[in-house]
Amino acid sequence: MASAVVVENLTKLYRKYSQKRRFQTMKSALIKGDLFRQLRPEEVFLALEKVSFTVKKGETFGIIGSNGAGKSTLLKIIAGTLRSTYGKVMVNGRISALIELGAGFHPEISGRENIYINGIMLGLSKREIQRRYDDIVQFAELEEFIESPIKTYSTGMYLRLGFAIAINVDPDVLLIDEIIAVGDESFARKCLDKIKEFQWKKKTIVIVSHSLGMINTLCNRAVWLKQGKVEQLGDPRRVVDAYLSDVAEKEERELSRLHSQTLEKFALAEEAKLEEEAPPPATEYEKKRWGSRDIEIKEVKLLDKKGQERHIFTSGEPMEVRMTIYARNKIKDFVFGIGIFNSAGIACYGTNTHLEKLVPREISGEAVVSFKIERLDLIQGTYFLDVAAHQIDGTPYDYHRQLYTFRVQSLIPDVGVFRPQHKWSFSPNISFKKKMEKKV
Amino acid sequence: MWTSLKCLLQYRGLIQALVSRELKARYRGSVLGFFWSFVNPLLLLLVYTFVFTVIFRPARTEGLTPYALFLFCGLLPWTWFSSSLLESSSVLSNNANLIQKVLFPADVLPCVNVFSNFIHFLLGLPILFAFLIYYRRPLNIYLLLFPAVVLIQIIFTLGFAMFISSLSVHFRDIRDLLANLLTFWFFATPIIYPNTMIPERYRWVLDLNPMTHIMMGYQDTLFKGQLPHWKKLSVTLLIALVVFYVGYFLFDRLRDSFAEEV
Repeated sequence: MASAVVVENLTKLYRKYSQKRRFQTMKSALIKGDLFRQLRPEEVFLALEKVSFTVKKGETFGIIGSNGAGKSTLLKIIAGTLRSTYGKVMVNGRISALIELGAGFHPEISGRENIYINGIMLGLSKREIQRRYDDIVQFAELEEFIESPIKTYSTGMYLRLGFAIAINVDPDVLLIDEIIAVGDESFARKCLDKIKEFQWKKKTIVIVSHSLGMINTLCNRAVWLKQGKVEQLGDPRRVVDAYLSDVAEKEERELSRLHSQTLEKFALAEEAKLEEEAPPPATEYEKKRWGSRDIEIKEVKLLDKKGQERHIFTSGEPMEVRMTIYARNKIKDFVFGIGIFNSAGIACYGTNTHLEKLVPREISGEAVVSFKIERLDLIQGTYFLDVAAHQIDGTPYDYHRQLYTFRVQSLIPDVGVFRPQHKWSFSPNISFKKKMEKKV
Repeated sequence: MWTSLKCLLQYRGLIQALVSRELKARYRGSVLGFFWSFVNPLLLLLVYTFVFTVIFRPARTEGLTPYALFLFCGLLPWTWFSSSLLESSSVLSNNANLIQKVLFPADVLPCVNVFSNFIHFLLGLPILFAFLIYYRRPLNIYLLLFPAVVLIQIIFTLGFAMFISSLSVHFRDIRDLLANLLTFWFFATPIIYPNTMIPERYRWVLDLNPMTHIMMGYQDTLFKGQLPHWKKLSVTLLIALVVFYVGYFLFDRLRDSFAEEV
């Protein structure tokens, strides 16, 4: 099959902003027609580096990656609004870019006039616009307001009109940058339908999106950009999976850094306390930790089934909360407790040794308390952990309020607070397609 | 560069649409609407008439009565020239969203500026002609050369607008510089005074200014009804073409930097 978009060794450099060398860049731009060759490497930012791929005609191609990976830059270069520094981009056929909807609208003039001017900007002739005019207005659902100036439109109306014009240009290659999310439900569905219609008509589509589920379901192939480089290219599911596990790894690193920061703060705060006899004013940290410290929780670790420290768990996995504690002297009245909160602050679960009818006898010196969860049946999200040691009447020894964070990831985007073990079953006259569309 | 220029010619339709949008948007919401295009020059003429007949009476203006009308012949095209340039110093950054987000030919923008101001100039002409006829100024065969002078000014202004708009993307200072330069330039051009007011031996300085010949072209063809100095005018045409070439060359060379700089 013929190719619709060919990207070859594409490199894009941005000049870092500096007042000093403006004249030099101007000079080189004028004399050599090249903005970058005279710049030192530390003065440029590499947005894309040797990116190559080919999009076949009729294919839907996804571009994913974290913020700042160069996705939009890449799309703009394909669209032609940005020039590449090195490398080539070839596009066969008419392009319509849904990058910024309604970018050329003038607020003072009517929707009708804006349709004409925007159409001309997108490369249509007056007659072509006349032919499509009704379709555009109908698609945008603006029949009543088409004669009023655009400045009176709501955001939704504005975007609908922009989308309707761009999509009615009848492009051979459609570039979409994260815009399906703009309208309300019904409009979003209409846009998706239109995209599917394009696919059915064997048009080429290039989508940039953070909605990985959409990339999975719509695209034939996908590319994952990481810091301006192609990290992986191919089947969207494989690419999305690889991307997700990379994101998880990064989050893991981030959370463990936070965790160790918390511990460090502990140590510092303890030292400060020892040096000064007068109690220091309640700091942010004090609000999160209080108690007499006769029993002190010195360390909290989240462990997976192999006993390794982790901060990201998959729903249904085992998890262990291990606390290292230290009792200054022999204490006979103590309770250990634990609480799990989700990011909305809702208590998902809480318990303590007293509630579970464990009667304390004695503790002294260093000890380990372990709380094992066999199945972490929480839904996807970020959770905070409370741990505490206190007396039976509630007087705290050491209370840590939401000082620890962990994430639960899941392949099923279900909702609620926790996920009960469950199974669907159906009578034989209900049937499903073999494999449900996997969403992430 | 020549291919870009060819592309620009293909965007005639777009320029036309944008100019009409500019004009429509300008008067949208005002009570008098398009009428302002006539009222503005009329009021300007009245102000100058008052100043130059009541307050300030210049000497050596024989044969130039009414003097305000003489000024007006130069003032109207000068307004076109100066406001085109002033607007083009910010046109690219004002339309940053077009340049960055849409596949849009940036060279259309300064053209739209020049031409929408040109339309205002044209709308002022009926007032000018009405008064020329009222005061029985000799309107004769040399009037046919008036469009030629206009053409020279279009080329000259376009070239300058290209030059200024592309440079001002990189140097915002140009805007303020330009405003002052234009004031100076206005007084260095025989608009509110006839060139005969300048002593003969200094007149060559005035001749170095291309706008002198354009303005005198208007005064000759419209007010005095005499043949303009066609040799000087032809040289001015050449200069205008050179300015256009240089301006467009610069614009074309800097074009790739616009999307990142505006």
